[in-house]
Amino acid sequence: MADELKDKIRAYVVDEYVEEGEDVEVKDDTPLISGGFVDSFSMVSLKLFLETEYGIKIPDEKATAEAFDTVNAIAALVRQYTEA
Amino acid sequence: MVYGSTAREFYQNELVGIRNDGLFKEERYIITPQGAEIEVEFPEGAPVKKVINMCANNYLGLSSHPEVVAAAHAGLDSKGYGMSSVRFICGTQDTHRQLERKLTEFLGTEDTLLFGSCMDANAALFEVTLTPEDVVIADRLVHASVIDGIKLCSAQYDSFKHMDMKHLEAKLKQFQDKRLRMVATDGVFSMDGDIAPLAEICELADKYDAMVMVDDSHASGFMGKTGRGTHEHCGVVGRVDVITTTMGKAMGGASGGCISGRKELVELCRQRGRPYLFSNTLAPVVVAASLKVMDIISQTTERRDKLENNTLYFREQMTAAGFDIRPGVHPIAPIMLYNAKLAQDFARDLYGEGIYVIGFFFPVVPKGQARIRVQLSAAHEKEHLDKAIDAFKKIGEKYGILGLKKQQIIDKYGM
Repeated sequence: MADELKDKIRAYVVDEYVEEGEDVEVKDDTPLISGGFVDSFSMVSLKLFLETEYGIKIPDEKATAEAFDTVNAIAALVRQYTEA
Repeated sequence: MVYGSTAREFYQNELVGIRNDGLFKEERYIITPQGAEIEVEFPEGAPVKKVINMCANNYLGLSSHPEVVAAAHAGLDSKGYGMSSVRFICGTQDTHRQLERKLTEFLGTEDTLLFGSCMDANAALFEVTLTPEDVVIADRLVHASVIDGIKLCSAQYDSFKHMDMKHLEAKLKQFQDKRLRMVATDGVFSMDGDIAPLAEICELADKYDAMVMVDDSHASGFMGKTGRGTHEHCGVVGRVDVITTTMGKAMGGASGGCISGRKELVELCRQRGRPYLFSNTLAPVVVAASLKVMDIISQTTERRDKLENNTLYFREQMTAAGFDIRPGVHPIAPIMLYNAKLAQDFARDLYGEGIYVIGFFFPVVPKGQARIRVQLSAAHEKEHLDKAIDAFKKIGEKYGILGLKKQQIIDKYGM
């Protein structure tokens, strides 16, 4: 079943982090940060997108490399803060 | 206090992890002054070996220049060894002021403030000049010291894809609600030799009301027709609001850095910059030698011209030999090998041939982008370059990579 949240996150990640001409597939479990695809500095854009798009506030101490490492993990984080 | 077993074990495990990842760095002990040829003890205890140095930031060959060394000697005699003070208490000599004015004139700015290093300059700049009402938008590949400086400040920050002007424009539009916007970039990116499109950045900054900050450490002294830096190279002298740069690369190679730019911004850094307020002043001997460096590079373009010619020659010869070099005009010439182990083995074998280079791999460069970063110098003579090229060719043949393109090298060695 299509997961709208994950698709939206994936679309953002591809748009924000994939360089023109790069051929990269971002799956639900593709390691984004541990895989060297997104680093802790550029991760800030993603945090800002999630907070703006879903009207949530992710505390800095929760915005860890582990929490942002895969589309799955990011979706879980968004669900945690939208349900809170 | 006892160094507890928990702490010791934790640190030991970290070190084991670094070794297991193949990322453990070992120092090489250089016996001679810096130059085109150096003598090295590596590993520790090995016989000293004479090698050609192809990996220093000694772009203009001034690190051991006799006039620079003589000026340092004279500076020790006339100004002493240390000031034992931060700048604002009793650490500013007339020569500090003189050097700041010479840098201002050379860089084409309004004012300059010296620091112990460009790392310190970058640590000072953003915290002083930006508040929570502001935003800094940095190129994703800016130097680590710029990232650290940005993280120290209270402003919001974001990043744009490396040298991607469409992405930068989107970010500038996104942050129009902020009070101040600052775009931060390296003038020249240290791993690739890429030159920032400063003309386009300045146009976008004008259009979207943003300041422009450039860390020009790999450009000051030799980029642009008279060596002023990337802003001269790109034709935007006077349009960059703040430049940070170092005297630890082309401009002498000892230490020292500065913030140079709009006069109110620089003065505020003088009043509030934490490294300026809390760290020792630049040593008199470094100031004295730096003044001589400024004279040398202001009076003639001979050294930057020679560097340019060396760069052109090396790049042409290596490309003709079949190496995959990122195209460009900067004296940073990355020889692309893609595979981390290949880069390390290649560098080790080159050392055996008398050529001193280092392999770069993740996390210093992105995964799958390992390389040997060659840096040309005005100190290199043709015989040095030819010996290096011959050695590269020999080792390139050994590993069977001459004439191969990226995917072919990856197919052969993996990423």
